[in-house]
Amino acid sequence: MEGEERMAHTEAHAAEAHAHDHAPTAFIWKYVFSKDHKVIGIQYYVTAMLMALIAGLLAMLIRVQLAWPEVNWGIIGKLLPMGFQGGDGQPYVMNPEFYAMLFTMHGTIMVFFVLSTAPVSGFGNLLIPLQVGARDMAFPFLNGLSFWTFFCGCVTILTSFFVGAGAAAGGWTSYPPLSALRGAVPGSQIGQTFWIIAMVFFIASFTMGGLNFVTTIINLRTKGLSLLRMPLTLWSMFLVAILGLLAFPALTGASLMLLLDRHFGTSFFLPTGLVLNNAPMVGANGQFVHQGGSPLLWQHLFWFLGHPEVYILMLPALGFTSDILTTFCRKALFGYKAMVGAMIAISGLSFIVWGHHMFVSGMNPHLAMAFAVGTILIAVPSAVKVFNWLATLWQSRIQYKTPMLWGMGVVSLFISGGLSGVWLGQSAPDIQLHDTFFVVAHFHLIMAGAALFGVFGATAMWFPKMFGRLMNDTLGKWHFWFTFVTYYGTFFPMHYIGLAGHMRRIYDPYQYEFLKNLAPLNHFITISALILGASQIIFFVNFFWSAFKGQKATENPWNANGLEWTTSSPPPHGNWPGAIPEVHRWPYEYSNPSAPKDFVMQHEPPLAVESGH
Amino acid sequence: MAKLQGLLFGLATLVLVVVATFYFTKTWLPPLKSDRIAIDHALAITLAVTGLVFIVTNLMLAWFGYAYQDGPGAKAAYWHDSPRLEMTWTLVTAGILAIFLFNALSLWAKVTAPPPADAVLIEVTGQQFAWNVRYPGKDGVLGKTDHLQASQDNPIGLVKDDPASKDDLLLLNQIYLPKDKPVRVQVRSMDVIHSFFLPNFRVKQDAMPGMTIDIWFTPTELGDFEIACAEHCGLGHYRMRGAVHVVPAADLEKTVAEAAQ
Repeated sequence: MEGEERMAHTEAHAAEAHAHDHAPTAFIWKYVFSKDHKVIGIQYYVTAMLMALIAGLLAMLIRVQLAWPEVNWGIIGKLLPMGFQGGDGQPYVMNPEFYAMLFTMHGTIMVFFVLSTAPVSGFGNLLIPLQVGARDMAFPFLNGLSFWTFFCGCVTILTSFFVGAGAAAGGWTSYPPLSALRGAVPGSQIGQTFWIIAMVFFIASFTMGGLNFVTTIINLRTKGLSLLRMPLTLWSMFLVAILGLLAFPALTGASLMLLLDRHFGTSFFLPTGLVLNNAPMVGANGQFVHQGGSPLLWQHLFWFLGHPEVYILMLPALGFTSDILTTFCRKALFGYKAMVGAMIAISGLSFIVWGHHMFVSGMNPHLAMAFAVGTILIAVPSAVKVFNWLATLWQSRIQYKTPMLWGMGVVSLFISGGLSGVWLGQSAPDIQLHDTFFVVAHFHLIMAGAALFGVFGATAMWFPKMFGRLMNDTLGKWHFWFTFVTYYGTFFPMHYIGLAGHMRRIYDPYQYEFLKNLAPLNHFITISALILGASQIIFFVNFFWSAFKGQKATENPWNANGLEWTTSSPPPHGNWPGAIPEVHRWPYEYSNPSAPKDFVMQHEPPLAVESGH
Repeated sequence: MAKLQGLLFGLATLVLVVVATFYFTKTWLPPLKSDRIAIDHALAITLAVTGLVFIVTNLMLAWFGYAYQDGPGAKAAYWHDSPRLEMTWTLVTAGILAIFLFNALSLWAKVTAPPPADAVLIEVTGQQFAWNVRYPGKDGVLGKTDHLQASQDNPIGLVKDDPASKDDLLLLNQIYLPKDKPVRVQVRSMDVIHSFFLPNFRVKQDAMPGMTIDIWFTPTELGDFEIACAEHCGLGHYRMRGAVHVVPAADLEKTVAEAAQ
C-alpha cells in the first residue's frame, strides 16, 4: 500500500511506528496522555463542550441583566459575591465591572475555547485520519502535546476569574488602552495578563494542531484519494489549518506587545498624552510614561487574525453540512468543484477584509474603501455555497434524522447571517450599525450559530465513530427544534434593537431615553435565550446517556460513502484492523442509477457509469 | 409530523421573522435629524434586496424540505453538475453586489469628504465617563491643549496662556448644534477609546487617544436628542450619556455662551 509506505516514511521515529502495533493498555496512556487521534479528538471535544457550558451560563447572566437591570438577583448574588452588591436585607444588584467581565469572557471562551476547538481540534482530530485513510495523525506526540497545551489555556482562562480584581473586562477584542492600563477598568489588572497567557497557550496549541492537520492531509492520504476526491469536511480542515497557521502569529505578536505595554513600560499601543481620571500619566521626569504608540495598531493586528478566525469557526461547519446533506438527501453533492473553489476563495478573501471592523475607528477612509470591496466580494463565494446546497436538496430524497436537521439549520443560519453581512459591509450604513446589537445579531447567526449547529450536526453524525453507539434520535430532534426556534427568537430581534441604536456591551441600556422603548423586545430576547440555554440540557443528557447506553452502531449506520464508514464503530487503534482501503471516487456518489444500492462507497471498485469525480 | 418537519424549515424562520417585525413596528431607525438621509436610503434598499433573497431562499428551503422527502417509491435525481447554472448564479450575484459596492463607495466618499469651509467648528473630547465639548468662541480658533496640564479643573488640558484659548467655551455632556448649517466636529479622547454616537444624526466616530478625527454633518431639525458612547470604555460606559440641542443657527453663539456660564 502506497499510503502505508508514505506513512512509515513520514514517521521516521521507530517508537512512533511501534506505537501503532501495540495500543497502550495503562489507563493513563490510553485515555489521559493518549497519542491516539480519536481519544485526543474526544478530549478536545468534551473539554470544549464543558467550556461552552460555562460561557453559555455567562451569556444567561448577561441577558437577564440587559432585560431587567434592576432585578434582585437573590441567591445568585449571594453565591457570587465577586459580581454582586447587596445582602443584609438589600437587594442583590450586579456590578458594572462584573458585567464587563461577563461579556468579555463569554466572547473569549466561546470564540477560542469552544467554537475554534470543538469543530476544528475535536472533529478534525477524530475525522482527518479516518477520512484520509491513515492509521493516525502525522505527529501523534505533537497531537497529544497540543491538547494538553490547550488544556493549560483553559485552566488559565478559568483561573482568571479568581485572581486580583477578576477576569479581563476589556471585551473579547481587548482594545488598548482599556486593556493596557491597569487603572482603566478592574479587569485590566492581573486578569488581563491571564487572558494574554491563555491566548498564547491557545495559539501554541492551535499551531501544533494546524501543522499536524496540513501534514497529515498532504502526506498521508491513502492511494487514490486525490485532493479533488476529498470530502468537504477534509477540505475545510485543510483550509482552516492553513488559515490558523498564517493568521494566529499576528495575535501572538500583538499579545506579547500588549504584555510588554502592561508590565514593562513599552508603548506599542499607547500614544503620548494619556490622562487617566484627570491625572496625566507622567513619570518621575514629568514626561508622559507612554509615548508614540498607536491603539489602531492593535486593532489591525487583532483583526488580521480576527477575521480569518471567524472563518476558522465557520468553514468546518460548512464542510460538515455538505457531508450531512448529501448523506441524508441520498443525492450527489451539486457543484463539488465550485464548493471547493468557494471555500478556497472565502479563505483567501478572509485575509483582506479585516478593516471592516474599523470603518469608524479613525482609520484612513480610503483604506476603508479597499476593505469594503473585499467584504462585499466575499459574499459571492458564500452565495455560491447556498445555491449549491439548495440545488443538492432539489429532487433529493430527504431522511429527517437528527444530523440532517442540524445540516439544514446551518443552511438557514448561513442565509440569515450572510444577508446581514451585506448591510454591514457597506461602509456608510455601517456608521449607524457599528457596535450595535445589529452586529451581535449578525455574528451570532452566521459565525456562532453556523459553527454551533455544525458541531451538533457532526456530533450526531459521527457519534458512532466516537463511542460506537448512536445518539437518541428523538431526544436529538427535540433538542434541535427547541434550539432552532429559540436561537432565532434570541438573535433575530437583535437586528431590530440594533437598528434602533442599541449599543453593545451596555450594562443598563435604559439610561438612554432612546433605548427605553426597547425593554419589551429585550424581555422577549432574554426569555428566548433562557429557553435556548435550558434546551441544551437535552443535549448533555442525550450525549452522556447515549455514550454509555445508546444503541450499538454498525460500521456504516447512515449508508454513507466516506472512508470512516469502512471500519468498525468505534474504529480500533490504528483505525483499520487490516489493510487501509484504496479510494476510487469522491465521497458523494449517491443514487447512481447504474449502482445496485443508492450509495457507492469511496473504496468500492469502479462501476460502469460514474459521475467522473 | 415527519412531513411537517421539512416544511417548518423555511416557514418557521419566516414566521418568526414576521412576528418579530410586527412586534417591533414601533421602532426602526431613530428619527433622522441630519442631512445623512442617504444612509437611510441605502439601508432601505439593502433591506428590500436582502429581504427578497431571504424570502425566496427560505421558501425554497421550505418547499424542498417538504416536497423531497423519503417515502415509498421516492427516488433522488442523479444530478451533480451544471457549469452553465453555476456560472449564471455566480455572475448574477456578483453583478448585484457590484451595484451595492458602487453605491456604498460613492456614499462613503461623500460622507467622509473634507468639511465645507463655513462649517461650525466644535471639539468633542471623550474621557471616562464624560464628553467635554469645546467651542472656539468669537475668534473661531480653538486654543492649544497640553495634556500635561490636564487636571480636575482643566480636564482637557487647555493652555490658559494661549490667546486663542481665552474665549473658548467649554461644556460638559451638552452640545449645541445650529439647524441647517454644516457642523465640523473634531473628535478626541483623553484616555481610552470612546465612540461619539449621535443615533438621530447617523453619526458615529470612535474617539481614539492620540488622534484628532474630523467629521462633519448638517443638523436639519430643532430639538433635543442624545449622545451615546458606542465603544466599551470601562465601568461607566453605559452612562456616558450626553445631550444634543439643535437650535436656530442665529441663536447658536448666544445659547452656547449662556450654557457655558
